[in-house]
Amino acid sequence: MTSILTYTFKNLPSTSAWALRFSLRPLSCSSQLRAAPAAQTNTKKTLAKPNVRNIVVVDGVRIPFLLSGTSYKDLMPHDLARAALSGLLHRTNVPKEVVDYIIFGTVIQEVKTSNVAREAALGAGFSDKTPAHTVTMACISANQAMTTDLCPVGVGLIASGQSDVIVAGGVELMSDVPIRHSRKMRKMMLDLNKAKTLGQRLSLISKFRLNFLTPELPAVAEFSTSETMGHSADRLAASFAVSRLEQDEYALRSHRLAKKAQDEGLLSDVVPFKVPGKETVTKDNGIRPSSLEQMAKLKPAFVKPYGTVTAANSSFLTDGASAMLIMAEDKALAMGYKPKAYLRDFVYVSQDPKDQLLLGPTYATPKVLEKAGLTLKDIDAFEFHEAFSGQILANFKAMDSDWFAQNYMGRKTKVGAPPLEKFNNWGGSLSLGHPFGATGCRLVMAAANRLRKEGGQFGLVAACAAGGQGHAMIVEAYPK
Amino acid sequence: MVASRAIGCLRRFTNASRTLHCSGYISRNFTSSSALLARTHINYGIKEDVAVIRINSPNSKVNTLNKELQSEFMEVMNEIWASDQVRSAVLISSKPGCFIAGADINMIAACKTPQEVTRLSQEGQKMFEKLEKSNKPVVAAISGSCLGGGLELAISCQYRIATKDKKTVLGVPEVLLGILPGAGGTQRLPQMVGIPAAFDMMLTGRNIRADRAKKMGLVDQLVEPLGPGIKPPEERTIEYLEEIAVTFAKGLADKKISLKRSKGLMERLTSYAMGIPFVRQQVYKKVEEQVRKQTKGLYPAPLKIIDVVKTGLEEGKEAGYLSESQKFGELAMTRESKALIGLYHGQVLCKKNKFGMPQKEVKHLAVLGAGLMGAGIAQVSVDKGLQTILKDATLTGLGRGQQQVFKGLNDKVKKKTLTSFERDFIFNNLTGQLDYQGFEKADMVIEAVFEDINLKHKVLKEVEAVIPAHCVFASNTSALPINEIASVSKRPEKVIGMHYFSPVDKMQLLEIITTEKTSKDTTASAVAVGLKQGKVIIVVKDGPGFYTTRCLAPMMSEVIRILQEGVGPKKLDSLTTGFGFPVGAATLVDEVGVDVAKHVAEDLGKAFGERFAGGSLELLKQMVAKGFLGRKSGKGFYVYKEGVKSKDLNSEMDSVLAGLQVSPKPEVSSDEDIQYRLVSRFVNEAAMCLQEEILATPAEGDIGAVFGLGFPPCLGGPFRFVDLYGAQKIVDRLKRYEAAYGKQFTPCQLLIDQASANKKFYQ
Repeated sequence: MTSILTYTFKNLPSTSAWALRFSLRPLSCSSQLRAAPAAQTNTKKTLAKPNVRNIVVVDGVRIPFLLSGTSYKDLMPHDLARAALSGLLHRTNVPKEVVDYIIFGTVIQEVKTSNVAREAALGAGFSDKTPAHTVTMACISANQAMTTDLCPVGVGLIASGQSDVIVAGGVELMSDVPIRHSRKMRKMMLDLNKAKTLGQRLSLISKFRLNFLTPELPAVAEFSTSETMGHSADRLAASFAVSRLEQDEYALRSHRLAKKAQDEGLLSDVVPFKVPGKETVTKDNGIRPSSLEQMAKLKPAFVKPYGTVTAANSSFLTDGASAMLIMAEDKALAMGYKPKAYLRDFVYVSQDPKDQLLLGPTYATPKVLEKAGLTLKDIDAFEFHEAFSGQILANFKAMDSDWFAQNYMGRKTKVGAPPLEKFNNWGGSLSLGHPFGATGCRLVMAAANRLRKEGGQFGLVAACAAGGQGHAMIVEAYPK
Repeated sequence: MVASRAIGCLRRFTNASRTLHCSGYISRNFTSSSALLARTHINYGIKEDVAVIRINSPNSKVNTLNKELQSEFMEVMNEIWASDQVRSAVLISSKPGCFIAGADINMIAACKTPQEVTRLSQEGQKMFEKLEKSNKPVVAAISGSCLGGGLELAISCQYRIATKDKKTVLGVPEVLLGILPGAGGTQRLPQMVGIPAAFDMMLTGRNIRADRAKKMGLVDQLVEPLGPGIKPPEERTIEYLEEIAVTFAKGLADKKISLKRSKGLMERLTSYAMGIPFVRQQVYKKVEEQVRKQTKGLYPAPLKIIDVVKTGLEEGKEAGYLSESQKFGELAMTRESKALIGLYHGQVLCKKNKFGMPQKEVKHLAVLGAGLMGAGIAQVSVDKGLQTILKDATLTGLGRGQQQVFKGLNDKVKKKTLTSFERDFIFNNLTGQLDYQGFEKADMVIEAVFEDINLKHKVLKEVEAVIPAHCVFASNTSALPINEIASVSKRPEKVIGMHYFSPVDKMQLLEIITTEKTSKDTTASAVAVGLKQGKVIIVVKDGPGFYTTRCLAPMMSEVIRILQEGVGPKKLDSLTTGFGFPVGAATLVDEVGVDVAKHVAEDLGKAFGERFAGGSLELLKQMVAKGFLGRKSGKGFYVYKEGVKSKDLNSEMDSVLAGLQVSPKPEVSSDEDIQYRLVSRFVNEAAMCLQEEILATPAEGDIGAVFGLGFPPCLGGPFRFVDLYGAQKIVDRLKRYEAAYGKQFTPCQLLIDQASANKKFYQ
């Protein structure tokens, strides 16, 4: 124990010195950037690799993300997914029959439509000859859907030449979740099914007890650790000494930026959705810039009574769906499209699901930068998934800590924290909402659209996910 | 395999006191010249208007409430009370695994009279009373063990916050040392957690985990342990605990936080019921009855605890405090307390590896034989992270063993000490197989095959053909000499005995047997594995029956003799339990297995001759012939039925016993004589083992006897017993019995020497 103490003691002064130096660095960096943004963009090389097919995003859309229990509450997940697909067809005018494959991400599965990609595609009028499958990887399910065509294991659909045109998307409907009968009840019902005689049935029924009726709710806790994510986020924030005020300030920033982006019409990926029997939904309804005073009044939601994670600085339960049209560059050009962005290098990482549940971006960012041969300075637009304010700020601190990089990530130095002025400038999951399966596509489209609007070349998308996993991808703007 | 099922109380004892690491630390550099000087155990700083008092005893893994720490604490508190700047305080330890592990036992040991001990208690009481009445709120921030005096200190504070960590345990284990919580604990606990819960805590010495403590009202808030962040997890967790404690301290000073705890319905009902004097009287009566039944009047501490609590509740605080301090003084001077404290010290000793670090840490373990023992050994290994192969000859045997391991883990899930996920993760460390695949990676092989020398030779040869050069071969046997097993080995320096006791997951003892050829590194490796498995370890030399089996055998011989003399099994059982053995002698034979007992008796009888005579082996032989093998066959001295707890005598034994009856010798057949005939033979043989250097130290002899064989803990083990009872008296008794029966009672030379020189085993 003493060795640990002396060890940190030795490390402390140097760490804090580093922290000081680095808190200055982004500032100076950014001022340079502001001075000559255009010049810098032009000097960068593209990430195209010889003998590798370039993969482009033609366009992507999402239906408005709504607080669960609002306008989408009577729908089913494939309804939302279908709406996103229709929106994509409408936006891109892609002939349905050229689509080679459809992949969707989702987390909480509706058992009736467990391959929701197929059900939605059929409903949206895609060819019944187009195969579709559904993937799940918690909050990065849609990222997994997208990257399935790149090359997760070296044989991605487009990269390997199997397909030229792919639709990737994601969907989540939190307004309705599968609540099951208890195991005992299910067992009795299944046995009843098999019972042949009345006697057998009666003897089974006689075993019925009232407690069989207790329903089984879908787990909100991490299976391996039995800890809810909010609880873990609160502990994570505490580990990195992130205060309640910092968290509230960050959440407020997210809402304000989202509101601004919405008002200025920057969220161009949103397509209207006429909900059957209800009004047409045209915009996200979770954006609610409040004030620090009001936010301060909220009680902690997970670690009671002294925790720092509250309803106001966490992402909320959301319904929504997204879809993207991804093609091989040559195919897109041949079809006369003007793509929005290239999808470049990406990584998946995983770490301790208990104490580092939400640190995925910290682990994924340096890895993807290294893979692409870029540094943090080369990135013009950061789009990180905001599960909780505390999680984002903890990731910042972890990325900005040499001590953490050396002791937990096996790296020599830290990667550095992203400069805030390039970070989630059009809002994030905290304000726009977070339909688990659909967020990945939103992140990529936000990065692509921001690069076009703000004039940068590289975007970095990163997200954490349940199970202690994470993802990061480089998005490169398509030359104008 | 000489063991018993029901030595649960012993295990509990060791569990609790393991965490009560007493330190022999005595402050050398403490100066009392000025209060302003830097202090040794305590320092404090001020955060805004909150004083943060940090306890950190130097050169020790734990904080112990000794005189220096107490006086420094009072100095600091006086400064805090006098300061205008400070409005509240936080009390916290800088050691991650320990708040305060208890009072310094040596402080009590140094006292010569009950009055001195009483004075110690009164000083503590006064200090804590002052703290309790503090006008500035004090928050105890607890991380790690908070035991004995540490808990008494914490409950004198106004508020308690604990980390919800496996290491954080609260409890008053004093009763396990034969004393009572002597610093106001007997008075405050009933107020705080209610009378029934307080009795439970004080009479069992049970360790309470933080989440349970919160439910009981023992702590007010919980803090979750943190993962890595800006600092290593442990360090940051303590810092975080301090931050939270400081906010609560401020809140208390500002009266924003209420000290009143909202009680549940059951709790309110209980406390209402306890308000009725009649109900209280009934509770006292009931608890006392239960204690008398369980302790058989052999342990004075529990009864005194009840008495003290009763005095406090019925006659008021003043009387309660007085009674507590007086009874504390009286108890500290009792033989029982000295015996129990001796055991505690012995246990601390047997939890260390005096052979140093082994050259290669054992990571891959292989266990041969998936029987009760083999599976038990596997079970205590996998949950410590050892990659374990369990090999058996048949699939059914293997399946049974795997199921035993799984059940052991699953029981922990039911008790909520493991999650089902952790269970599966741990169970994954176990590989069941029928062949020797993977043995080339094994660092240690423990064989637990049937007790047959030819079989043991066979597996040893088979195993040696597949294991790497560094791999240790350990034999789990209760009686076969290790050098005989090692005789066919190509590398006898790597062969060692590891004698586990059944059931392995419950019994704390591991007897390690070294031959003359066993290398020191092999021993170090075996001890390291045993310690990892959570065992208390004695290391003995090879010889027939080693130490434990050898001590038990003459006693068992006497058991047979007594049965032959017409004393019924039930009467014999009550005589032995009445002496302090956790399991009656006849029951013990049934539990061990009559066939095993016969086997051992035959072997050792051959080796030691007359000294192991007394009872007739014929009794065991006839029992085996009739299939009365004890519990495992459903019949022994008693009849065992699945699911039935009460035992009936096996009536078919009457004729067997009648056929072998001998007439008792009236001059040595009183109840007391029967008890001493059993115990004196045990003690005599133990002394013989020390004399022959089978045992290295008396402490190991005591630990082995108490934790492996159930020797009465209140007597502290055979050697402590000789010291406390008097060597001369034992020798006299042995001589009297020798006159009646012959050489099996001849006192050994060492005992005679001790008696004549008036020497003690423990100085």
